[in-house]
Amino acid sequence: MPTITYRDALNQALREEMQRDDKVFLMGEEVGLYQGAYKVSRGLLEEFGAKRVVDTPIAELGFAGIGVGAAMGGLRPVIEFMTWNFALLALDQIVNSAAKMLYMSGGQIPMPIVFRGPNGAALQLSSQHSQAWESWLSHIPGLKVVAPATPADAKGLLKSAIRDNNPVLVLEGEMLYNNKGEVPEGELLVPIGQADVKRAGGDVTLICHSKTVSVALKAAEQLAGQNVSAEVVDLRSLRPLDEAAILTSVAKTHRAVVVEEGWPHGGIGAQVVDVIQRDAFDQLDAPVLRVTQADVPMPYNKQLERLAKASPEKVVAAARRVLYLD
Amino acid sequence: MTTTATPPAKSPVDTELQRRMLREMLLIRRFEEKAAEAYALGKIGGFCHLYIGQEAVGVGVSAALKPEDYVICSYREHGQALVRGMSARTVMAELFGKATGCSGGKGGSMHLFDAEKRFMGGHGIVGGHLPLAAGLAFAIKYRGGDEVCVCFFGEAAVNIGAFHETLNMASVWKLPVIFLCENNQYGMGTAFERVAAVTDVVEHACSYDIAGETVNGMDVLEVHKAAERAVQRARKGHPTLLEVRTYRFMGHSMSDPLHGVYRTKEEVEDQKKKDPITQMAHRLRDEGAMDQAAIDALDAEVQAEVQDAVTFADESPDPAPDELGRHVLAD
Repeated sequence: MPTITYRDALNQALREEMQRDDKVFLMGEEVGLYQGAYKVSRGLLEEFGAKRVVDTPIAELGFAGIGVGAAMGGLRPVIEFMTWNFALLALDQIVNSAAKMLYMSGGQIPMPIVFRGPNGAALQLSSQHSQAWESWLSHIPGLKVVAPATPADAKGLLKSAIRDNNPVLVLEGEMLYNNKGEVPEGELLVPIGQADVKRAGGDVTLICHSKTVSVALKAAEQLAGQNVSAEVVDLRSLRPLDEAAILTSVAKTHRAVVVEEGWPHGGIGAQVVDVIQRDAFDQLDAPVLRVTQADVPMPYNKQLERLAKASPEKVVAAARRVLYLD
Repeated sequence: MTTTATPPAKSPVDTELQRRMLREMLLIRRFEEKAAEAYALGKIGGFCHLYIGQEAVGVGVSAALKPEDYVICSYREHGQALVRGMSARTVMAELFGKATGCSGGKGGSMHLFDAEKRFMGGHGIVGGHLPLAAGLAFAIKYRGGDEVCVCFFGEAAVNIGAFHETLNMASVWKLPVIFLCENNQYGMGTAFERVAAVTDVVEHACSYDIAGETVNGMDVLEVHKAAERAVQRARKGHPTLLEVRTYRFMGHSMSDPLHGVYRTKEEVEDQKKKDPITQMAHRLRDEGAMDQAAIDALDAEVQAEVQDAVTFADESPDPAPDELGRHVLAD
C-alpha cells in the first residue's frame, strides 16, 4: 500500500472527484496559480483549467456565498478557506445560507457543497491564527462536520464529503499536512458519521479527533509502559457523531478521557460527555475527564503555547486520574 | 381606481403587455392588502414585509425575463414571487404557515421558494443573498447557459460588505447577473442619506467597472425598458447595477409604523400621488387601451383570485408534526 502525506491524500481526493464529476470545482484564495497556500491543490489548475480551479480575491464571505449560489444552481463546489480562522468572515453564508437552504425551502433546494481548510493551532501563529472551531461549527443543524486525523481518512472523508448532497465542513489539521500514512490505491470512501478505533485497549477510552489523535496515541503508548491499556477512539466525524462507537468503547473500559484542540467551554468534549452520562451512566467507574486547550487566546511565546495545548502528558495524567492511580 | 397623478407620455410598448403588467401590479396590491388583513387577524405571524408602493419594480423587471431566468430576493419578496408565476394560493398558504405553502410552511413570508420556477428564495439577512445571486450566475456561465440571474435588494444592503465583495467578483468573472437595488429611501426607520456617504447607489457601479442606471421605479414601463437593457447586457456577461427609485407606502414590516419619527405623514401622502398602479391605469385609459369598466373588471378578477388564495390558505392543513425533522439534511 502506498505511503503518502495527508496533503497528497487530500489532493488525490480532489483530483479523483473532479475527474469523476465535471460539476465539481474548487474555489478559494491561492488555490490555482499559487497551487494552494498549503499545496493541497497542487497540479489541479494545470489539469482542470481556470474554469474549475478558481482563484478568488480575499473575500471569504463573498466567495463562500458564491459557492452556495453555485450549489443552488446545480454545481458541486468545494470552497477552500486558507484557514478556518478566516472562515469566520463567511459564517453568515455557512450558517444562514448553506445550512438552512434545504429546510427553509421545504426540501426544494439541496446544498451539495464542501467547505474545507486547515483548522486548529500550528506553531507560534499567536491568537488570531490558532483556533479550533469544531464546537461552533458542529452546533448547527443542516451541516455535517468531519475532522480526519490520517491521510487515509483525509482522502476517504473528503471524497465522501464531495459526493454528499449536504454542506460538509472538512476540518483539516494544519499540523497534519506533512504526516505520512498508508492510503489504499483506488476508490476509498470513508463514511461520514463513523468513528474508528485507532488502538484497541481495555482499561480506559481516549476519545479524540484530528490532531489530538496523535496526542492520544502517544499517551496510550506511555500508558502501556505503565501497564494501562488505553483504547483510542477517533471520532472522525463530529456531526453526525458516532454515539454507538463511543458507548461501545466505554461499555468495555468504564472510563473515558475526551481530548480536543478547542477551548473547554461548550466544547466537543462536553457533547461527548453528555452522550456518555446519558446512555452509559451505569457503566462508568469514574467521572469522565477532558483535556482541552487552556481557556485563553493562544499566546505567541513557544513555552506558553506549549502550556496551552493538549499534550500526551496531560492525557496520561487525566487517564491515571480516572483510573484512580494518582 | 382614482388618480391625481399627471399622465405620463404615451409609449410604444404593446398594449397587451401593458395590460398584463397592470394586472400583475393589481394582483400584488390586492394580495398585500389581504396579507395585512390576515396579519391583523393573527393568521400570519412573525415578520411580514409588504410590497405596496413598489409593485412596478417587480412587475417591470419580470416582464423582461424568460421563465428559465433566476430571481433571488430579500425578505420583501411576495410581489416578485407572484409575478414569477407562483400562484397566489401557494404564496398565501406559505404566509399562513400551511403545508400547502410554497416552502411547506417552513419558510414563511421571508423565505418563499419555487425551484422549478427558478425563484430562489427570499432571504432574511440584509445583503446575504447577493453572493448567492452571483453564485447562480457563476453556475449559468459554468454550464454555458444563456440565462441570467436578477437579484432584488434594498438600498440598505449597499452599506454591507457582501454587496462590495459580490459586485467585485461578478465584474472580474463577467457573470450574467443584474443587481437590482430597490431604493425605497429607508432601511427600516433610517433614511439612507443619514447612513450612506454616497446616496446615489448607482455610483457604486463605477467602483466595480460595471454598467449602472437609475430608473424611476414608479413607472413600470421605465423599469421594464431599463431591465431589458440590463438583461441584454447580462446575457453577454456584463453585470449591471440598476438603481430603481421607489417608495414603500407601508411600514418596514407589519409590526412597524407607517410614519412617525423617521418620515412624515405628508411625505407618505405625497409619494402616494405617484402610485405606480394609478399612473399605469391612467395611461391605459388615456391611450384608449382600456376603459374604466375594463380596469374595474381586471381589479375584480384579481380580488377574486386573492380571496380564493385566502380561502385556500385558511382551509389548508398545518404541516404534520413529523415535518419538524424533515429536510434538515438531504438523503
